[in-house]
Amino acid sequence: MSFVSFTFLAFLAAVFLLYYLIPKRFQWMLLLAASLVFYAFAGPTYLIYMAVTILSTWGAAYAMDRVWTRQDEYLKDNKELSREDKKAYKAAQKKKARLFLALCLILNLGILAVIKYTGFVLQNINNIFGTQIRILRFALPLGISFYMFQSLGYVIDVYRRKYPAEKNLAKCALFTSFFPQLIQGPISRFDYLSRTLYGQHDFDGRQFAFGFWRVLWGFFKKLVIADRLAPVVVTLTGKAENYPGVFVLGTILFYGLQIYGDFTGGIDITIGVAQMLGIKVTENFDRPFFSKNIAEYWRRWHITMGTWFKDYIFYPLSVSQGMIKLSKWSREKLGPQIGKRLPVYISTILVWLATGIWHGAAWHFIVWGLLNCVVILISQELAPLYRRFHERFAFSNTRAWDVFQVFRTFWLMGMIRVLDVYKDVPTTFKMLGTIFTTPNWGKLFDGSFLKLGISGADYLVVLFGTLVMFFVSLAKGKGDVREMLAEKPAVPRYICIWLLLAAVLVFGAYGIGYDAAQFIYNQF
Amino acid sequence: MKKKVFKIILLAAIVIATLGLLQALLVPKYIEENEEGVLAGEYYANAGSNDVLFVGDCEVYSNFSPITLWQEYGITSIIRGTPSQTIWQSYYMIEDTLRYETPKVVVYNVFSMQYDKPQSEAYNRLALDGMKWSKVKYNAIKASMTDEETVTSYVFPLLRFHSRWSELRGEDFKYMFRSLQLSHNGYVMRVDTKPVTELPQPVPRADYSFSETDWYWLNKMKDLCTAKGIKLVLIKSGSCYPHWFDEWDKQIVDYAEKNKLTYINFLQHQSETGIDYTKDTFDAGLHLNLSGAEKSSRWFGTFLKDMPGVTDRRDDKGLTNLWNAKIDFYEAMKASQYKQLEETGKVTSYR
Repeated sequence: MSFVSFTFLAFLAAVFLLYYLIPKRFQWMLLLAASLVFYAFAGPTYLIYMAVTILSTWGAAYAMDRVWTRQDEYLKDNKELSREDKKAYKAAQKKKARLFLALCLILNLGILAVIKYTGFVLQNINNIFGTQIRILRFALPLGISFYMFQSLGYVIDVYRRKYPAEKNLAKCALFTSFFPQLIQGPISRFDYLSRTLYGQHDFDGRQFAFGFWRVLWGFFKKLVIADRLAPVVVTLTGKAENYPGVFVLGTILFYGLQIYGDFTGGIDITIGVAQMLGIKVTENFDRPFFSKNIAEYWRRWHITMGTWFKDYIFYPLSVSQGMIKLSKWSREKLGPQIGKRLPVYISTILVWLATGIWHGAAWHFIVWGLLNCVVILISQELAPLYRRFHERFAFSNTRAWDVFQVFRTFWLMGMIRVLDVYKDVPTTFKMLGTIFTTPNWGKLFDGSFLKLGISGADYLVVLFGTLVMFFVSLAKGKGDVREMLAEKPAVPRYICIWLLLAAVLVFGAYGIGYDAAQFIYNQF
Repeated sequence: MKKKVFKIILLAAIVIATLGLLQALLVPKYIEENEEGVLAGEYYANAGSNDVLFVGDCEVYSNFSPITLWQEYGITSIIRGTPSQTIWQSYYMIEDTLRYETPKVVVYNVFSMQYDKPQSEAYNRLALDGMKWSKVKYNAIKASMTDEETVTSYVFPLLRFHSRWSELRGEDFKYMFRSLQLSHNGYVMRVDTKPVTELPQPVPRADYSFSETDWYWLNKMKDLCTAKGIKLVLIKSGSCYPHWFDEWDKQIVDYAEKNKLTYINFLQHQSETGIDYTKDTFDAGLHLNLSGAEKSSRWFGTFLKDMPGVTDRRDDKGLTNLWNAKIDFYEAMKASQYKQLEETGKVTSYR
């Protein structure tokens, strides 16, 4: 059930109505039922995969929780134990807990690896060794990377004793399957989401209206901007060799706007729907296109994925026994400068490799991840140079320089991002090269851009939509735009909302004649 | 609390009204393009006293003139034809008509028996958008939808036609709340002539059998008419292209015989109707022009006037006044089209 379908809107209406009509203590149960129905729409068999994740994470967390509870009770009852005995006992318990954690991780990541990466691995084996192994491809359950990582984060947190396990299997199932965030995240943390997910909610007109506005804003970004640009991006990248130079710049710009509208729009719908239910979902973006460098961009784009990799891969890897040993060895053998950096760099590279692989089983995702990593590491290395530059040149501390940095980051990130849309890595680099070798600036003015699948009027809509998005983003820097809107008198406030609604209904690229694009992040 | 509820209702009313305006602006007006789009909606202004109902595709709305039937025989008739109307749409046109009047005779043009699947979204729109909302319309939509269509987009046409914002013209503003009459009780007039010179060779089919779906709807149509005491008459109208195969004809003949229905294939009565395909068609045989439609109607009237319940109603003063107004409009359009023909050599506008 796509967010941009009448079925989803009807489904939402039914959920809202029932949610606020039934006794409040049953609200979370209704959400669970709705989430399972929502997921079953994608394919009932996918529910089996989800059930495995739910049962295994619930079971592992429950078992670990019992280990920790028993440990606490034992230590409380045996205060006379020596420090060494306590330490030994704790180590034994930790080993037990780690076993449950490992089993859960192996089972889930194993499933993910098999269904998502088998084809890719076999294909590469065939390519490298010239073998003829039959390529197995599995249907990828909707949002599996999102709900699985969210659930595994929960299990790891329980292992780390960040919070106790959720004993109720049904509540655990709701955490994994909560329908607004199933399609493309965000990857929520249990301690944050559970605060409101299982709560009892009275109808709050203000929160409901705020949620609705956010949903509307999400539809605007998705339907008016992203989906309107989709045919252009498909044309420009489908027969890429026909569209060199200035068209590649067009691809960078249009795909940047498309994925921004698509992904942030989808998340707006998610957060808005949750808010209409009285549930708080973590923000996933913080005006990423205003970032001044790639590292900052990644702190502001798909925030929950970035923090997940940081908390559950980067930090554990950085402080692992192996890394500590490596650090020690490299400091001795390679000197303090390199010795200090080597473990951090290796962890960073591994994290970006994992990020690339998480996005999909294809080389372009891996190269995409590593390219991001290279740019970030180079920036990190050049940081002292930048500092000196800023000290030396006064203009580098001006507003204009900030704008330049934002502009530069957008285009640099855009060049990396187009790896997603060209058919393979060599094509991407070849096409990027044409920006310099055959720019064909004349194509900007001879009407060529009007032959890419959308009309001049469509470009105007995109321009108008982008400007609205830009000014709203600017305003967001000063606080919640909806709060600002709520403070306005009723007439201008409702006119704004009506205009937004009308813009979605009239200018949205949906229905017959438009091949309503699936949310891009669905695939990951 | 009362104030709050009032505020919400007022707000909802404003939103609905303004979106309604937006919808009225964006839906196609069928004034200068696809004029046949108004046909389905024009029925309701002419409903109430018709003894004969024609249903089917363009072969009925181009080939028969209710005005001639009135003028010659005092028969009140109406055509509910739409482009490429499918048999299930014809069935629902009859059901819909029964909500307003009960004709004595229903005439169904069997040419659409060859289609057992929805033809296109555009044809569905032309047939269904003009129908007034009722359970019948809902069922007609459900039966007609192509895979890409949704019922919601029929309930809220704005969702279907929203993208017309970039092609809005003066007529979209001018005809937001009214339309221009096109037909004469469902008949679409064309006075120009394009003779049949050579008919394309028909493409042989692997299988000439009408599908189960078509028989299902034809049986349903027959049963409905029987239940309402209506005589069902099957016809193959006088268009000579696209080709009507003998194999198809035989199936209809057999069906009519088996079910004691009248079936008239106008193509086999050319000498009686007097149709001359060098003069009586405006598009080389696909549809008849005014002269052809009047000839067809004149001949068909001799049959219809003897049908049970069909009477000469020219004695009814009220009806005569009503039909006189229709005749005036008919003559005015005829004059207008002949004038266009004289001035430009072609008919550029119906009105």
